[in-house]
Amino acid sequence: MSTDTQPSSIDGDEDAAAELEALRERVAELEESVADAADDDGGKKMTIIATQGTFDMAYPPLILASTAAAFDWDVVVFHTFWGLDILHEENSKNLKLSAVGNPNMPMPNALAALPGMDAMATKMMRKRIDENDTATIEELIDLSLDQGVELQACQMTIELMDYDEDDFYDGVTTGVGAATALQHMAESDVQLLV
Amino acid sequence: MSSEYESTETLDVKGQSCPMPVVKTKQAIDDLEADEVLEVVATDSGSMSDIQGWAKGTDGVELLDQVEGDGTYTHYVKKTN
Repeated sequence: MSTDTQPSSIDGDEDAAAELEALRERVAELEESVADAADDDGGKKMTIIATQGTFDMAYPPLILASTAAAFDWDVVVFHTFWGLDILHEENSKNLKLSAVGNPNMPMPNALAALPGMDAMATKMMRKRIDENDTATIEELIDLSLDQGVELQACQMTIELMDYDEDDFYDGVTTGVGAATALQHMAESDVQLLV
Repeated sequence: MSSEYESTETLDVKGQSCPMPVVKTKQAIDDLEADEVLEVVATDSGSMSDIQGWAKGTDGVELLDQVEGDGTYTHYVKKTN
């Protein structure tokens, strides 16, 4: 359908030309903003919120973060509540697996709740990880930091748990809160809560 | 195992599991020059899919070939820029 056959008066021509010029400017503006949005360093971004501090739940955020960094993604992992223990240099080496409440454990909950059962379940899991040559938590943290993953420790939880900023691995970002996490999430292509 | 690809470096990740084959491949590729080829030898069967996905989603690398044999999975990755 062609538009150049529409009749136009002399008066209408000036209006149409002005309107066309305004539209051209608007299109140029929009093209620029699309280009800016597409640029934005080019790469993808991911934000993971890590809230769990059990031995098993420490793995998924670190594995995903280090792998995403291998894709050249810009990665932030915001650690809050029990997730903070993953970044705590001392506590991260003693993360425990809960034997209770996991139906996949080869023991009934009534037994799993007995003293020492968490320690036993954790020992078994650590042995499997060792035998399988799966990376340790510490290795994954080093690897992530080496690759430029930003590991953030929630300031409110640091204070709540009465931790010191020096308790965390070198390279961990402290002094950040929910607003920082939200800002990264809003800019991210992938957002995960673990 | 022989291959038609002339690789510059070989990365041995035998025995290592996810995410190590991919992450170490990326680190080794970063140390190469453009057009050089990295040979990655793994025993993790998941590396077949993982290295493929990684190469597809990452700029500046090209997966030339993947060879499966005798408990090992060998990947040839070229740095393209």
